[in-house]
Amino acid sequence: MSTPPSDAKRSPARSLVALVVDDEAAIRRFLRSALVAEGFEVTEARDLATARHAITTTQFDVAVLDLGLPDGNGADLIGTLQAAGAPAVIVLSALDDEARKVAALDSGADDFVSKPFGVAEFMARVRAALRHRVQMQGGAPVYDDGRLSVDISRRIVKIDGVDPKLTPREYALLHELVLHAGKVLTHRHLLSKAWPATEADVQTLRVHIRNLRQKIEADPDQPHRILTEPGVGYRLST
Amino acid sequence: MTDNGERRPSPDALLEQAKAETRGRLKVYLGAAPGVGKTYEMLSDARKKRIEGIDISAGVIETHGRAETLALTEGLDIIPRLGAEMDLDALLARRPEIALVDELAHTNAEGARHPKRWMDVDELLAAGIDVWSTLNVQHIESLNDVVARITRVRVRETVPDAVLERADEIELIDLTPDELIERLRQGKVYAPDQAQRALRHYFAPGNLSALRELAMRRAADTIDGQVRGHRKAQGEDAPWAAGERLLVCVDEREASAGVVRHTKRLADRSKAPWMAVHVETARSARLSEVERIRLAETLRLAERLGAETATLPGDGVTETLLAYARDQNVTQIIVGKARRSALFEMVFGSVVRQLIDRSSSISIEVVPEPATAGAKTLFPLISAWPALTSRGVVEALTMTLLASLVAWPLDVWLGVSNLTLVYLAAVLISALTRGLWAGLITGLMSALAFNWFYTEPRYTFTIVDPDNVLALLAFSGAAIVVSALAGRARQQTLSARTEARTSRELFGLSRQLTSAMTEDEAAESLARYAGRAFDVECVVLARVGLNDLRLAGASAASLDLTDADMAAARWTAEKGEPTGRGADTLPGARWLFLPLRTARLVSGVVGVARATLLTPSERRRLVAMGDQAASAMERAHVSIALEQSRVETEAERLRGTMLASLSHDLRTPIAGILGAASSLRTYGDRHDPQTRDELLGAIESESARMQRYVEKLLDMTRLDAGSIQAHLELLEPGDVLSAVAKRARSLAGSHAIRLEIEPNLPMITADAALADQAVFNLVENALLHGQASPVTLAARRSGDTVLVEVLDEGPGLPPGEEARIFERFQRGSAAIPNGTGLGLAIVKGFVRLMQAEISAKNRPDGKGAVFSIVFPIQVEP
Repeated sequence: MSTPPSDAKRSPARSLVALVVDDEAAIRRFLRSALVAEGFEVTEARDLATARHAITTTQFDVAVLDLGLPDGNGADLIGTLQAAGAPAVIVLSALDDEARKVAALDSGADDFVSKPFGVAEFMARVRAALRHRVQMQGGAPVYDDGRLSVDISRRIVKIDGVDPKLTPREYALLHELVLHAGKVLTHRHLLSKAWPATEADVQTLRVHIRNLRQKIEADPDQPHRILTEPGVGYRLST
Repeated sequence: MTDNGERRPSPDALLEQAKAETRGRLKVYLGAAPGVGKTYEMLSDARKKRIEGIDISAGVIETHGRAETLALTEGLDIIPRLGAEMDLDALLARRPEIALVDELAHTNAEGARHPKRWMDVDELLAAGIDVWSTLNVQHIESLNDVVARITRVRVRETVPDAVLERADEIELIDLTPDELIERLRQGKVYAPDQAQRALRHYFAPGNLSALRELAMRRAADTIDGQVRGHRKAQGEDAPWAAGERLLVCVDEREASAGVVRHTKRLADRSKAPWMAVHVETARSARLSEVERIRLAETLRLAERLGAETATLPGDGVTETLLAYARDQNVTQIIVGKARRSALFEMVFGSVVRQLIDRSSSISIEVVPEPATAGAKTLFPLISAWPALTSRGVVEALTMTLLASLVAWPLDVWLGVSNLTLVYLAAVLISALTRGLWAGLITGLMSALAFNWFYTEPRYTFTIVDPDNVLALLAFSGAAIVVSALAGRARQQTLSARTEARTSRELFGLSRQLTSAMTEDEAAESLARYAGRAFDVECVVLARVGLNDLRLAGASAASLDLTDADMAAARWTAEKGEPTGRGADTLPGARWLFLPLRTARLVSGVVGVARATLLTPSERRRLVAMGDQAASAMERAHVSIALEQSRVETEAERLRGTMLASLSHDLRTPIAGILGAASSLRTYGDRHDPQTRDELLGAIESESARMQRYVEKLLDMTRLDAGSIQAHLELLEPGDVLSAVAKRARSLAGSHAIRLEIEPNLPMITADAALADQAVFNLVENALLHGQASPVTLAARRSGDTVLVEVLDEGPGLPPGEEARIFERFQRGSAAIPNGTGLGLAIVKGFVRLMQAEISAKNRPDGKGAVFSIVFPIQVEP
């Protein structure tokens, strides 16, 4: 259905270009090593100023942003990036930086990784974000993980071939999650989609997610479809 | 008071009544207990009214299955209930003249319009419908506790007192306990088995009597209140004898306390409220200090005994008292009868007599006073003089002798009558300087001497001429008048002196108190000052927590304070009233304890002990000192609390920065290591050799970085724990610096470090390891903050010290931050990611351990910052 970035190597037409913005040389070094091994071209920047300059000269497919830069917050680049070709954006954050992380996601970042992290996890996020970009361009998708299938265009949900009878809110939530499968969706994002007219709080969202899980998860207590990102939001596993 | 204008009803009172008139009237059948027959009585009354043709409808009637009651409902229009509750809307729509609503205290089921039935009733009344309702005394809110104590049953459903107070009519349904018990036995109230249980508990005869009394008193109270309200509306002047209200008149005499106690007994007997009143007239200004204090204490006594107290300013005692009494609906005025002669009363009049003459409807009770009270000195001013002493007699004789000596030679030129003037002068001088007795003796002696020397026949005491008798009288009269005048002047001087001394003392104390930083310093100042001022042993006890005291200051090193004394002091602290010697409580004790009060609280107790009692003026001065000290103590207390919270905030901040530092400085290298390792593992074969090498190098350098950080944390911890000891020895400064330079070059490259060591430097006293680490940390810091500028490491002699300097060419220190940068977790700039915020704090700790000094400033040439350690040197002898 789409072209995974790991296949990019095999299409010599144009390799994907990544921007890595972090003030720590050690972090840049291993991110570069991994991205290069995956066939990306990599541009490094150690602060906002350098990054801004790079954005004006190069068209990036992926941007990796550290939130705590010497001259500011890496998330400040998101707006600039969206104006310059809208690459997939992954933010790097510390564990105790929930608020900035959520703010970055709300302002358009695709995903986050918390330091410290391994390259496998990081590359998985990069791939998911890129796939998501492609999906968004390809129109309403059909989600099928073997047991659960969602046909967005026909509004059909089947679990083991049976209609789980979702309420409109539950369907709205699932619809949003499927649309962005693999991507973390913040509480605020989901609330704005499923409760567009009213002020609902995170508690309400949790209740509806629990109900949704009861209908589509094999074991609602240990969900493996709708995953919780603590303090951030939810993600549909792919 | 007698002005008619004041008796017109006030517009507010009339308005209040006008409002009440549009409302329905509330009648409450009040009973002491269930079963006394409230509902029965209400229904009987309703039946009578119906016969009179009045439209009555019942919202709720609870018959409790009692047959007699049920029979009375026959023919009564009862609105069907809405579910379990009264159908309020149906009743409102029906608009009877009188609505019967049984059980005012009932709580409505959930979903009803009002949670309580009395609110339903309120709505009916507001709609102009008269309501009759029933209520048991245990449901009245203010009596809830009392009833619970009597019966050991707490009633949940209560009616606010205000509802009852607004009732226009209260009918007390009274049944003697025996009758009620009989009714219970007959099963007229409860089913037989229930009745048995009830009889054992709630309806025990003792309980019933108590409840009955409560009900009666409550009904009476409400009626009393209505009477007062009515009287106001009518502009009535005469109080209605609805209930007793006593007023006791208090003055400064000792006997007043007895009259107050008498009134208290009267009030108890008639369960009447009472008040104690003092009328302040022009005479009050002339009261002595003792009398003032006594007056205040009598009023306090009355307050303690449960009276309301008031001090009324006024021109005449009688008028003021009567006006107030009428206003307060007083029924009886109690006054003490002073023991005065009939003559005195004829001349000066008697308050008691005037009261009796003018009181009209208020009864006056006159309480005789005991004989000891009211004894007054005829000449208070003269009494201020010291008693006659032998010295006074000698001086009186001397003055007479002197006068005789002066008069003797004058006798030749002057007439005899003029010589009396000489003697008169002697009398005056004597009276003026030595007082009445000396004046009188001088007068007598002068008269005798004059008689002996100058009156015919001379040299005899025979008095022939009546003029001489006159002279004697004149001498005595002059002596009395002059000594009285002098006495007054002397007393004024004395009191002025006392004033001056008091203000001097207070001023001195306040000066000491302003410099007191702690509660104990303030307490100590007070103890010392009071001890000196009154020649007493003095202790100041500060309050600890709610109930305890601790010794905060004392006038002498060891003072005799027993456990009993401490208990008395605690009592003072708790009640805020004096105890001990000279006070009302424990007057036999050795110590007198006075509370130290501020506007907010009693902050402690001051105790004094002396062989003699404190005079009232001393006591007043002590209280004034205590007031000052109390506020100083409170101030100190508050500032200590503030300081404590500041220290806590600082510790909190430090913990916060430490956590941030830990999480950042440990996690960052870990992120590098983990990332590099996972990259090698995942893509090992895909990486080119150079990348692989870079990643391995990153793992090494990040591990070293983490190691350094952990070292520093450990250093800091060891410094904090005091487990680092400096072994001071003589070191060559050049050795220390070049070792550091070598290490630093391996870290930053050889070009980055310059060494400038003055030749022939003396040896320094330092710890080899600590000095190395301290200087290295400085270099590391300079490399970090110097923006890759070269770092100079210099050593030079400066007087009797050696100066080791680390200079960079970076941006320099932010102004004003020179001292702060040595605080832990203080990062110079957020732009330096590798700083731990610990390096300089550790340097400072190490340098201190070596008894050296460290400072930081910007270079005078403006190129960057310079850190200097001043090492002491071995001075050659």
